[in-house]
This record gives sequence, structure tokens and C-alpha cells, in this order.
Amino acid sequence: MATTTVTNAPAPKTNRLGLQVLDYRGGKTTLCAGCGHNSISERIIDAMYEMGVQPERLMKLSGIGCSSKSPAYFMGRSFSFNSVHGRMPSVATGALLSNHTMMALGVSGDGDTASIGMGQFVHLLRRNLPMIYIIEDNGVYGLTKGQFSATADVGSKLKTGVINDLPPIDTCSLAIQLGATFVGRSFSGDKKQLLAMLKAAIAHKGTVMLDVISPCVTFNDHEGSTKSYKYMQEHEEAIAEVGFVPSFEDIAVDYDPGTTYNVTMHDGSHLRLRKLHEGYNPTDRVTAVTQLMQSHATGEVLTGVFYVNTEKPTFIDQLNLVDAPLGTLPQERTRPAKAVLDEIMSKHR
Amino acid sequence: MATGDAVLSMTSVPIAQPGSEMQQGTATTRIVNDFSIQVATVNGSGSQSANSILLKSLFGMGIPVSGKNLFPSNIAGLPTWYTIRASKDGYVARKKDIDILVALNAETAKEDILSLHPGAAAIYEASLDLKQYREDVSCYPVPFDKLTAAVCPESKLRKLVRNMVYVGVVAKLLEMDVTEVERAVRNQFAKKQKAADLNWSAVNAGYEYAGETLTKHDPYCLERMNATAGKIIIDGNDAAAVGCMFAGVTVVTWYPITPSSSVVENLIDLMKRYRVEPDGKATFAIVQAEDELAAVGMVLGAGWAGARSMTATSGPGISLMAEFAGLGYFAEIPGVIFDVQRTGPSTGMPTRTSQADILSIAFISHGDTKHVMLLPGSVKECYEFAGAAFDLTERLQTPVFVLSDLDLGMNNWMSEPFDYPEKPLDRGKVLTAEDLTRLGGFARYKDVDGDAIPYRTLPGTDHPLAAYFTRGSGHNDKALYTEKPNEYQEIMERLASKFETARTLVPAPVVVQTGKSEVGLIGFGSSDFAIVECRDQLKNEYGLETDYLRLRAYPFSPAVHEYIASHERVYVIEQNRDAQMLSLLKLDSPAAEITKLHSVLHFNGLPVDARSVTEAVVVQEGL
Repeated sequence: MATTTVTNAPAPKTNRLGLQVLDYRGGKTTLCAGCGHNSISERIIDAMYEMGVQPERLMKLSGIGCSSKSPAYFMGRSFSFNSVHGRMPSVATGALLSNHTMMALGVSGDGDTASIGMGQFVHLLRRNLPMIYIIEDNGVYGLTKGQFSATADVGSKLKTGVINDLPPIDTCSLAIQLGATFVGRSFSGDKKQLLAMLKAAIAHKGTVMLDVISPCVTFNDHEGSTKSYKYMQEHEEAIAEVGFVPSFEDIAVDYDPGTTYNVTMHDGSHLRLRKLHEGYNPTDRVTAVTQLMQSHATGEVLTGVFYVNTEKPTFIDQLNLVDAPLGTLPQERTRPAKAVLDEIMSKHR
Repeated sequence: MATGDAVLSMTSVPIAQPGSEMQQGTATTRIVNDFSIQVATVNGSGSQSANSILLKSLFGMGIPVSGKNLFPSNIAGLPTWYTIRASKDGYVARKKDIDILVALNAETAKEDILSLHPGAAAIYEASLDLKQYREDVSCYPVPFDKLTAAVCPESKLRKLVRNMVYVGVVAKLLEMDVTEVERAVRNQFAKKQKAADLNWSAVNAGYEYAGETLTKHDPYCLERMNATAGKIIIDGNDAAAVGCMFAGVTVVTWYPITPSSSVVENLIDLMKRYRVEPDGKATFAIVQAEDELAAVGMVLGAGWAGARSMTATSGPGISLMAEFAGLGYFAEIPGVIFDVQRTGPSTGMPTRTSQADILSIAFISHGDTKHVMLLPGSVKECYEFAGAAFDLTERLQTPVFVLSDLDLGMNNWMSEPFDYPEKPLDRGKVLTAEDLTRLGGFARYKDVDGDAIPYRTLPGTDHPLAAYFTRGSGHNDKALYTEKPNEYQEIMERLASKFETARTLVPAPVVVQTGKSEVGLIGFGSSDFAIVECRDQLKNEYGLETDYLRLRAYPFSPAVHEYIASHERVYVIEQNRDAQMLSLLKLDSPAAEITKLHSVLHFNGLPVDARSVTEAVVVQEGL
């Protein structure tokens, strides 16, 4: 009779920091059911959890719009700043200057980036500020009820019947040309690809610009839209298969160097990009932009990582800052001694 | 004369008679250490060094002196004037009348000499033959080109060296101490021996020519005094930069704009020299932004993340910062914004001075916003208020604006040397991880201490309860999104209370009160120099004793209202068209005080002068 049964519940799954996925969740979403942005939030949670990012080491930044509300719906233990329309890049820049030891994740939309925010967006890219910049791209303004944005394709139709006749701004081509060092496009419905890209983004040092097509179920998911789930399912064309092996997972995965680019990230992890398109070369900017421009002509929506450069110094590197965050340097390091003031005064005599 | 007060405007009071401070002297009645010199040249001709040497020579002779550069918004070829005032009484405001003209710009020479008062003196290029226009002015023609060519064989340097010739002529005519002139020349070109020698020989050429050829027949001369011992000469922008460095600024962003650029340019030089650690790494980041929107966005991002952050701009930049200013106010984020004011609206006159951003900054942004403004009235306060601004912005968790102006910021002023800050930096209410453990969490926008200032945490604080969500949308005291009427109203009322706290923390006004006078003056910023002199004019020439309150910040301290209440008539003196400070005072004052307020305005782009203020007060007083 002397049998004891141990009925311990299975220990909750944890990551390398001992945190549960719960520790990466945020508030309940108030976006529409089925909104692509919610899927992106889920993938961010997965990527941060799997990569073992300490939530308190992350700053989430956003502008204005449906996309920019989403940081409230993931990673509630991270510091968040929902700023003003189109100006998140400057806020992110300031925050990172104050504390360059933090990770920064910016969430923007196609209106917030490609229209009102274009001025700051291009300068962010040019500086190669070390942060992840995600555009949740649905081709329309959601919060103001469905007007076209500047990423809408020519010929795309609104529910009201209005047809867009201005060419779209390709944020990926732009990012590559202006100096971002990790540029890709994905689709909120492509879980596997988006997760791998986000994990690689976390490992990258420099500006990561990810344009994620994220259908707006309320204003831009109908027949005639080029940003709908259906359209994406029919036209998404991966330029390469994205695989990611984090530095802390000691797994040797074979790959064929003839068909796969192996990119060693600065933290020692590996981004494996298996060529699906003829001529694909993620280390060459000209090729990347050419292929993007060709895809516009054929009507396919190219996804995947288009360009990676792990060598280029970031804006923070160029400033040659002290190791400690500037914001909390003690007075002894920020207020020069009295002798310095005396010296300055004597120069003005 | 292009720099004269063709238009001086005062509210509702016509000018009875154009002001004048004529000093009709002859060679027999000497006027010592009390006159103004104006050098008229074209910009880009390199006259700045020569003017600086004149200024420093007077300063070296112990004579109270001030220098003003009236320059065009242009790189080369347009008229520019430099005015130096020597004042034995220590008056350093702009003097309305020019006593000695150095006319080197052919295009404006006729206009320049016609604007002089009888008895003034004019030194000019001989070929201009200005004597024909004014028999009543002491004329000193000088063959500048010939003298320059003789000492400077290299023709491409002559344009610059020519300026030194007038330094020599002026030195001789005004009986300047040449050892001080030589010292100023040697200091100016301290690192370039050859340049120093060449320039000094040009000064000598002018000096000798004047001694041999010109017969002095004007009354103006200089004598050594002892009124500048221990003092420094510095411009307000440089002073502000020094202040920012000693305030421990760590993040500086900017977009170039006249007249504020030199705040950051000076700061770059200072920080590179004094704020780089032995390993070569910087304890600061200075970023030239893509525009003023980005500049202030970076300031707020940095302030949010814990840095002492700042930007410097002028009116047009302030306009662009409007949206972010409201975010900073509502989300309660520190950041310091220097506004070196220039003449607007729109591009206005970018190289001329004004105090016309008062109202726009006080309420800048949409919705119910109001902002803390500091109003430095001297170069020393440009330095001190930089420190005060950083302490206040972190203490109050709201953007703080420091309003200087072109006259204060870009012109040279004498000052007592600056004092090393005694107080440690006030970093405000910031909770650490240990605090959070002890407290069991915090509510970001809750008034815990009764001063309406909440506690904040900084990104990276290692505690699961440290994070909060910063937003410009409606939020409750836990920083959660809300559209509930009571929660929104509660935050707005607390913000209003916080402004009342600010009232008690900002620099108090400086009051000079005799207790005998019915008439009070109120001024601020760079108007102070003229007001000090104006009070003496009112007393000595009209027998009118006045009291004087100099505002140093908004919101106004309670002392401002006590002052207004204790006088019958109060004149608010300011350099804008719409009586902006008076309007702000009215908004803050009970009816009984409002009826006492009168206005004296000056807004032609030139720094206000004492005579203009005196006349405006005299007319309104019916004296």
C-alpha cells in the first residue's frame, strides 16, 4: 500500500532567463479582431521570449496610429513611449543617446512612416541608429477610417471605390539606399518567416527596418485591395528562406554554402538565408534594390531579408560615448571642476 | 542712417519729438569716456577682429564698454555696423546717438554721415569726400587704401588689414593707450605671430598718419579708469554654453539657426575640451538634427530616458517645436529649450533682436498647455539660468524654456566672473529599483507629496514594476489609457497645480524699491541695461524717482503682484509690438492691478536704448 504519487503540475515553460512567456505579454489589445498588427505583436512576444531578452532592458517606441498603439499590447514590463505622429525616430534617437545600453524597438505604420514621418525616417536610416524599426503596413489610415497611405499600390481600390493612382513608396528600397543595415519585408500571416526575421533583428547591431504587410480587416481587406490577406496569400514571393540559429543554442545545422548565405551576427548567432530567387545577394545593396524594383513590375510582393551589413558602425559607435548610460552619469563625471571654470573665465579677461 | 531709430513705437503715445542726446562739444570741452563709436563696413570684410580689438583696448584701459554688431542676414557685401559704447558711468545699453563714425562703406557713407548730430566726428576713406555733406561734423579723411598698401604687400590680405588702419586712427584721435591696443592685437592673433606683426604694423600706420596729418577738433577722448578690473567680456550664447556644461548636460541636439547657433557651437568646443574622459570617450552626445522637430523630439526622448538634454533655437524653430512641447507638458518629460529671440514674424529680420516669443512660448502647443520660462537679464544669468533650467526641468518634469535674445546672446558684455555652482545637481523625483521594492510599485502620475509633482522611473530600472507607458493620449495616474472625464480632469488639474509649485521654485524677480515712488517700472531680459540708465535719466533730468522690478521667470512669483499693487502706475517695458509680457501679467493679475499697467514698447529690431524708454515714460507721465 505504501505507494506515494507525486502529482506536481509540470513546471511552466521558461526561457534562458527563467521567464515565462507570460512575462512578455502586454495589455489586452483594442485593435480589431483579425488585425494583422495583433499577429505581429504575438511574434514580437515569441521572438523576445525565445531570444531571452530581459523585458526591463527594452524600450518600445511608437508614433501615432493603430500600429503605434500596439506597443501597449506586448511586453508590459518594458518601458514604452507612444509619442507624436511621425516623430518616433527622434524620440528613439534621444532615448538611445541617453541610454545606449538599452535595446530599442520602434513600431510605426505606413502613414506614420511614409507620409508625415518621412523626414525623420530617412535620417534614422542614414544614422544607422541601433534599433528595430517595424512598419505595420496596411496601405491605409485606420484610426481616421480608411484613407489611402503612401504605400498603397497603384490601382488599389478603397471600399468606397476610390482608386489609388500615385505610385507607392517602397520603404525597403529606401532603407537600403539610405544606410539601414538590416532590411526585410514580411507578412503578418507568415508566422515562421516573421519570427525568424525578428529574432535575427534582435541579434543585429544597427538599424533594422522591417516592413511587415499587415492587413487592415476593417478598411483594406476587400477585393481590389493589394494589402489584403487574400492578395498576400496569392502574391507573396519569398526571395529567400530565413533561418536563425541563436548564439546560445549550440546546434550545428548543416547548410549548403552554394545555395545559402550564412551571416554571422555580432552576438555570434547565425542568420541563414537560402536563396529562392535567381541572383539573390543580401550583401549587395545594388542587387537588393534591383530585385525589389523588378518585383514591382511583375506584381509580386517580395518578402525575406533583402540586405544585411554587420560591419557598418552604428550612430552610437560613431559618437564614441562612455560605456555607462549618459543619462545617469554621476555629477563627478558631468560637472567639470572649479579649476576649469577659472580657466574659462581667464580666457575672457 | 540705416541703424537709426527711424521708427520708435510706443502704445498709444505719439512721440512728441525725436530723441536726441546731442553732445555739442568743441575741442576745448573734453568729453571723456562717454561716447559711442560706430564702424560702418560691409559684411565679409573681416572687420570683426578690428572691432574686437577696439573693444578690448577700451576694456584694458579700465573703461566700462559694450559692443554691438548690427549685421545683415547675408554672407558678404551688405552693410554692417559695429557700435562701441564707452561709458564712465557704466551704462552698457545701446546709445541712441552716434558720436564718432568710422565710415568705410561707400554705399552707406552719405547716409551714415547725414545721421550724425552736430559736433560729432567722422573718420572716412578720403576718396569719399564726406565733408561736403556736413560742415558741422569734425571730419577726418584718411587714405586707407594707400596706407594699407604700404604696410601690406600681399594684395589679397589688404581687405582684412585695412580694418587695422582705422583702429590706429581711432586710437590716436581718442588718445588711447597704445600699450592696451598692442596687447589686444597680440591676444587676438595669439597663435599667429606673423599675422600679429602685420596687423600691428597696420595699426601703427593709421596711428602715425593720424598723428602727422590730422588735427583733432572734436571733444571725444579716452582716459584710463579702473572700472573693469577683475571683470570678463563674453557674449550671452557663450555664457549659456558654459552654464550648460557645468549643469552636467549630456545630450545636446540642434538645428542651426541665427542667432542661437553659437550656443551649441561654443558648447561643442567646451565639451570636446573638458568633457572627454582620459580614455578618449565622451560624457556627452551632440547631434545636429534634421530639423527643429527632430531636435526637440530627441531632447524629450533623452529626457524621458534620464539625460539632461537641451536644444537651442530661435523663433521659427520654436514654432516647429509646438507639438512636442505639448507632449512634454502632458507626458511630464524634462528638457531644456533655449530660445535666442530674433525679429519675426516668419523669417522676419533674422539678425535683429526682439523679445517677441513670450506669448507664443508661454502657451505653446494645442490644448491647455503652459510652460515655464526663464528670462536671463545678463550674460551672468545666461550662465546661471542654464543651471537653474536643468534643475527645474528635472524637478518639475516639464520642458523649461530659457528666453535670451540676439542682443544678449551675440553681443559682448562686461560681467563679473561667473561663480562655480555651489549646489549639487537636482535630478528630481526618480525612483530606483530599491525604492520600488520598498514601496511595492508606484503610480507614475500620482501626487504623492502634495506638490503635484509625481515620481518617475527611468528605462532600464531593473525591477518588474518599474516600467510604465508614456503617452500623449489621455491617461490616469497609473499612466493607463483613459477617456474617463474625471480621470482626464484630475490629471489636468494636477498639472495646473504643478504650475503653482513652479511659481515658488523659479528665480524670483529682482526688485529695486525705494518705498517713496508711485511709479514702478517692470522689465526683463536685455532691456535691463537700458532701464537702469533710463531710471537715472528720469531722476536726474525730470526729478522722477522710479522703482524697478526685473522679471526673471514665468510663472510670476507672488512678489510681482505685491510690487504692482504697491504702485500707482507701472510701466512694462519690452521689445515687441503687442505688449506680450504686459498681456501675460494681465492674465495673471486681479482687476485692481490690471488698471495700473502701462506699456513701453520698442520693436524696430535694434536693441532698446535708455533715451527711448525715458521719453515714453515722460510722455505718459505728462512731464
